[in-house]
Amino acid sequence: MSFRVHVDPDKCQGHNRCYAIAPSLFDVDDLGMSSEIGLGEVPAGQVDIARRAEANCPEHAVSVTEVPVP
Amino acid sequence: MTARHPPVRDWATDFDHTDPGWIADPYSIWDDLRQRCPVAHSQRYGGTWLPVTHELVSEVAYDTERFTSRSVVVSERRPTADAPPAPIGLAPPITSDPPYHAIVRRMLIPAFAPKPIAALEPFTRKLCRELLAATAGQTSFDAAVEYAQHIPVRVILEFLGFPQEDADLFRGFIRRVMEEVDATPEERASIMAELDAYMDARIADHTAHPRDDLTTFLIEAEIDGEKLTSNHIRGTMILLMIAGIDTSWSAIGAALWHLAGHPDDRRRLAAEPDLMDTALEELLRAYAPVTMARLVARDCSFAGQQLKEGDWLLLPFPAANRDPAAFEDAHLVRLDRVNNRHAAFGLGRHRCLGSNLARMELRVALEEWLARYPDFELSDPRGVVWSGGQIRGPRNLPIRIRS
Repeated sequence: MSFRVHVDPDKCQGHNRCYAIAPSLFDVDDLGMSSEIGLGEVPAGQVDIARRAEANCPEHAVSVTEVPVP
Repeated sequence: MTARHPPVRDWATDFDHTDPGWIADPYSIWDDLRQRCPVAHSQRYGGTWLPVTHELVSEVAYDTERFTSRSVVVSERRPTADAPPAPIGLAPPITSDPPYHAIVRRMLIPAFAPKPIAALEPFTRKLCRELLAATAGQTSFDAAVEYAQHIPVRVILEFLGFPQEDADLFRGFIRRVMEEVDATPEERASIMAELDAYMDARIADHTAHPRDDLTTFLIEAEIDGEKLTSNHIRGTMILLMIAGIDTSWSAIGAALWHLAGHPDDRRRLAAEPDLMDTALEELLRAYAPVTMARLVARDCSFAGQQLKEGDWLLLPFPAANRDPAAFEDAHLVRLDRVNNRHAAFGLGRHRCLGSNLARMELRVALEEWLARYPDFELSDPRGVVWSGGQIRGPRNLPIRIRS
């Protein structure tokens, strides 16, 4: 299995916790809102920080989902 | 603080956040209330509610229909009919409701994004080093008075482009606005009038002499092609001053207080700089300084209680952070807590605009302190004085440096 991260733009309030924890997976725009970089693919070895970003979002805006390897 | 109110009889039915019992230890009060009633009520301040679970605090923070932010400081002086209308409020955007809130907030957010805040770090680090250098040769001093309180004041003055010499004046305003909430309505009005006059003088100066700072940014800012009114500019500057100073001062002081009294945590943090990321968040969770407030917008039910329009509601994010239903070992400070969804900066659309600034200040203040004074303790635990009202932090913190 591989993993993807996603930031729900309707829930994100710009705490920037995901960006602080995993700058390789998330970016922050000029309005302080976070989003996943690219399609949110989590490289091997970064699943832990992806999970940590999810578990530290006060708004429950960050999610990590398993996707089947094609 | 002088106690203007009678002592609290029962925390579930008569609570008061200026009571000496609350100031000494709010945590055990919240723990008790979580068991007895998740929402306490008090007749004080004309009727006030207090939810203490993470779930109920979240529910209020996310519901701007039932709960308005028209006033966010509980006091004897309720906003009157001649106060600015609800969508804007006295100190936008903290006192604004949707949809106006989002418009004002969007205007301000770029100034508080991670990158512009990182630009203030060298100023902050240099300031911390200077403050610590000034304590050289002393083995005992007050870390709240001689260190913590100066940091956010001087950083905000730099940010706004106000004279650094106004630091004492600034601190006086903040203390009176935030802590003297049990003053009479006449006293409150007089405090606000003084603060308004001070701000108007600074705005006039920046209007005549524009420069590259946040004050000029606000004077030149436009919403839908219109410049902000002077009331709006003043309100937002007062918000930045009040929200940005007492709060960080409290967070820095509380973190130092914890480390002074917990030698294992102190030694570990001094020895393992990589621990700072999780330690910072855990100290923010455990000692979150800020309790917000709302006014009930209309008669409604909430957690089985009937709320009346105009009732106050205290929104204690620090209590949410100590809720065992939301955090494992919520009562314990664990500097390596990895999963920490704390609400120290609030939740929802009013999430603290200055959280990047606050985190930078707290981190730099602790790093510089530990680099110079890795070994210290409370010199007089009974001399520690905590603030009352909605911002909790040590106002006196006598420490002894060990060598």
